[in-house]
Amino acid sequence: MPKVKVDGIDIEVPQGSTVLQACEAAGKEIPRFCYHERLSIAGNCRMCLVEMEKSPKPVASCAMPVMDGQVIYTNTEMVKKARQGVMEFLLINHPLDCPICDQGGECDLQDQSMKYGVDKSRYVLNKRSVKEKYMGPLIKTVMTRCIHCTRCIRFAEEIAGVPEIGAINRGENMEITTYLEKTLDSELSANVIDLCPVGALTSKPYAFEARPWELTKTESIDVMDAVGSNIRVDTKGWEVKRILPRINIDINEEWISDKSRYACDGLSVNRIDAPYIRVNGRLQSCDWIEAFNFISKNIKKFSGDNAFGIVGDLVDVETMYIFKKFFNDILSSNNIEFRQSKYYLDASNKTNYLFNVPIAKIDESDLIILVGANPRLEATIVNARIRKAQINNKAKVFSLGDVGDLTYNYENLGSKLSILKDIANNSHKLSALIKSAKKPMFIIGESALQIEIGEYVLETVKKILKQNNLLGKNWNALNILHQNASSVGALYLNLLSNNTNVLDKINDSNPKLIYLLGADKVKINSKNNFIIYQGTHGGSNSKIADVVLPGAAYTEKDGLFVNLEGRVQEAKKATFTVGNAKDDWKIIKALSDALGNPIDFNTHSILREHLFKDFPIFKHFDVLPNSSAEQLTFKNVSDVNGDIKLNSFDYYATNIIAANSKTMDECRKAKLILKKTATEN
Amino acid sequence: MLQDKDRIFTNLYGDYGFDLSSAKQRGDWKDTKSLIEKGKDWIINEVKVSELRGRGGAGFPTGMKWSFAPKKDANSSRPHYLVINADESEPGTCKDRDILRFEPQKLIEGCLIAAFAVSANVCYVYIRGEYIAESKILQKAIDEAYANSLIGKNASGTGFDFDMFIHMGAGAYICGEETALLESIEGNKGQPRLKPPFPALVGLYGCPTIVNNVETIAVVPTILRRSGKWFAGFGRPRNTGTKIFCISGNVNNPCNVEEEMGVPLKDLIEKHAGGVIGGWDNLQAVIPGGSSMPILSKAICDTIKMDFDALVEAKSGLGTAGIVVIDKSQDIVKVIARIARFYKHESCGQCTPCREGSGWMWRMLVRIQKGEAEIAELDMLMDVTKQIEGHTICAFGEGSSWPVQGLLRHFRTEIEERLNFKNKKIA
Repeated sequence: MPKVKVDGIDIEVPQGSTVLQACEAAGKEIPRFCYHERLSIAGNCRMCLVEMEKSPKPVASCAMPVMDGQVIYTNTEMVKKARQGVMEFLLINHPLDCPICDQGGECDLQDQSMKYGVDKSRYVLNKRSVKEKYMGPLIKTVMTRCIHCTRCIRFAEEIAGVPEIGAINRGENMEITTYLEKTLDSELSANVIDLCPVGALTSKPYAFEARPWELTKTESIDVMDAVGSNIRVDTKGWEVKRILPRINIDINEEWISDKSRYACDGLSVNRIDAPYIRVNGRLQSCDWIEAFNFISKNIKKFSGDNAFGIVGDLVDVETMYIFKKFFNDILSSNNIEFRQSKYYLDASNKTNYLFNVPIAKIDESDLIILVGANPRLEATIVNARIRKAQINNKAKVFSLGDVGDLTYNYENLGSKLSILKDIANNSHKLSALIKSAKKPMFIIGESALQIEIGEYVLETVKKILKQNNLLGKNWNALNILHQNASSVGALYLNLLSNNTNVLDKINDSNPKLIYLLGADKVKINSKNNFIIYQGTHGGSNSKIADVVLPGAAYTEKDGLFVNLEGRVQEAKKATFTVGNAKDDWKIIKALSDALGNPIDFNTHSILREHLFKDFPIFKHFDVLPNSSAEQLTFKNVSDVNGDIKLNSFDYYATNIIAANSKTMDECRKAKLILKKTATEN
Repeated sequence: MLQDKDRIFTNLYGDYGFDLSSAKQRGDWKDTKSLIEKGKDWIINEVKVSELRGRGGAGFPTGMKWSFAPKKDANSSRPHYLVINADESEPGTCKDRDILRFEPQKLIEGCLIAAFAVSANVCYVYIRGEYIAESKILQKAIDEAYANSLIGKNASGTGFDFDMFIHMGAGAYICGEETALLESIEGNKGQPRLKPPFPALVGLYGCPTIVNNVETIAVVPTILRRSGKWFAGFGRPRNTGTKIFCISGNVNNPCNVEEEMGVPLKDLIEKHAGGVIGGWDNLQAVIPGGSSMPILSKAICDTIKMDFDALVEAKSGLGTAGIVVIDKSQDIVKVIARIARFYKHESCGQCTPCREGSGWMWRMLVRIQKGEAEIAELDMLMDVTKQIEGHTICAFGEGSSWPVQGLLRHFRTEIEERLNFKNKKIA
């Protein structure tokens, strides 16, 4: 490890570090605009200049590799002058419109000019002005403010895999643009807003909504997909103003998908703000007591066999737990299912349903086989990791099923199930590749687990992996790509029925009780049911319900969510429920009281205590579960012929919050325009 | 004065043909095989003995540059590249142009030898976009050399395979910077790369690459034939050999001329270029090495000798040896303002000081030229040049700020007079 001296402090840094990293390790702050830990080094802002012994010129510390024996100064007159000079140059063509700039208060240029700049401007001539560029419904551009750090260009090219942002023209006429001024065709596009050190790229939906110092910040967990990205929820008063990523190198690094960031405007529209009961065929708002009385009156005619519970895609673990208890203890029923469409899962061992490779280790993989999975849409952050594996590790990617553009190169093997059989029988070209690969991965999507073929797909993949000793403790190549935030938590709680027979039963002709806990996507065609819908937004299932109970969205309650790796994370309450709505667990607890059979969880912490006692796996937050691969059992399945058909997947409306979001709707429209070709107009 | 027998470029004026047979008559391609057979180490050593310094502007010792090329591993799949910088865009310079159109075989032979010395099997010649006619001539010459098996597979019978390609630029000055040139060949926007790593280790397509100027490479075959000692015999230590000087501006006979290193500037102008228009006393200033080098006042021009070190002592530089003579009929501020406008226009825009500073300097100079500026602005202008110089990714920062510094160094009193005069008139 090279030893360097920074301002007289001796310090040892890892080989391959830069001088800037060495200075930071020594506790010296180095101002910078273009440098970013997760992007390639551009070295063009020249703000990070430091003095190095034996070098007549100051050096750009972000780009200079550390070498043994370097002597660096960060506080000399030369460095101070250089920083002031660069700062002056940056400001001569930067408009001083901070009072009307959304970046104000969290602007790198503002902060650094306070610390490293001079207080007077010597530039008396006219400033350059640059025309705005259209970058889609998410990114607002004020390009006059651009300081040409090229972070956005590098992000689009390196992380998002859409080389659609670039610089045109030369010298002081240089402009950052999307060339054709089209929407960025990426699900990660809005991260450029966070990356932009100035107010050139700001958030369009959040434009002029709030100042950063007015916002209450709550660290939470995203539920738009099963990845469990770490987010920060910024609220002003009741309203969620924006959602930003939080750094978690094990999951989302510092990116989040556009849906995680912008679906939050769906939280303030179309909300269920009071209980409703059906009177004379019409839903009528009422108070809680009326609603509970209505339920007690109607619920008595159903026996345990005729009571069904469907758990939705955004439900937290605590609510699912009390829901299970409510069904088991009060309704004497175990007819609970969290899958809203029919696909196969094996809950006997958690290896069977987890994404067993930690997300952070996807980069290490050298062979990735997607089986009916479209990670770009189903788990955008995972897709970015796969792209990283391909770039850094030259990983080969294959796909069963045509999944379209994934932002990296992959080979489509076709969608025939027989391919899996061929691989298992060593008669496919992949068989040899899997053998020679050091860390291969199979990613199985929900589309490949359709009820007719799911068991065959899962067991065949397991067979392939067993043959190659890839189901070990250290590297377990079996990965299930869940789509919903509640899925793994529900699996931990065992909220599933054999072969999804609950979904068959709710559509038979017997009269029954159906309790929909935020389940919006399940199709109910039968009549004569008593349907309770508990959720946040009005949707197709709340319309057919006999009782509608207003619940809390993920930003309005403390709740546990388990991501696809099996990592338990806690979402925090950032704001309050709307109107008469209550925390979901409280509703079920109150309902049990109303039914004269109270569940004695009086507080959230008592509920959690019971949860941890019954299911100790939830006790440990933010860690990966222990491997259970040794106990894995294998089944012999008969051959199934057929195809893997990819389910249609509307990225911008996968859940009820996103479906109600105006911004997501605009994104979908923008994408449709993007797909149009010249001949269509 | 350089004697005719010691001239390397005997067809500098195009008096004879550029075709292969005429070139052979002038001595090109004579015993190339035997030169190559003496081995890489001998070639590099001979170039080191000659003390040849790069003719592109920076003056880096060529032999040393070649020795930086990593030893080629037989198992390594990474090729080495030789890239010839023929993107001659420095205002006041037109020496490479005459080599390309009148002495192309010297360049091709030099490329073969240099490529052999640095284990490169492929050579790219990056030609300035405006040199269309010259590139056609070079292509013709390359075709001829291929047809005569001088280059190609088993080039000149040496068993060494060598291919040579022309890559046309699009007329951007910055693409003459070696790393921007590599970016441009790769098909990217011509913007300089960060150094380190230097191209000798990570260059074209990430492979070891040696980038040399046209003139540097074209003199190599003659050096090897007539020995490094012969070449080192001209000029003084560290400033050896012969050099093509391009003399333009207010002279009676603008020309290119090959002269000994260290020849007095006055001799060059008086003897070769027919003297300053209106006589030596009408001389106002001289840009000694292409537009990016600081100007010299007449007092310095009287005695200065044209070599690398002497000009550095005079706070200027030899650069490309493009001498621009400015007589007293010219407005010196306007001259430098025009140069500043050129640099503002040609800045690539990648790094802050050059992008923002070059335009600022130009606008200030225009104000000064018109007499609209305050005297205090002169100090500010000097300050701005110092803020650009040394703070940029490539040497363009120096190139754009040095001419302005030269102006302020030598003509400050004249400028102050002008500003005072204007200010008084307003009062």
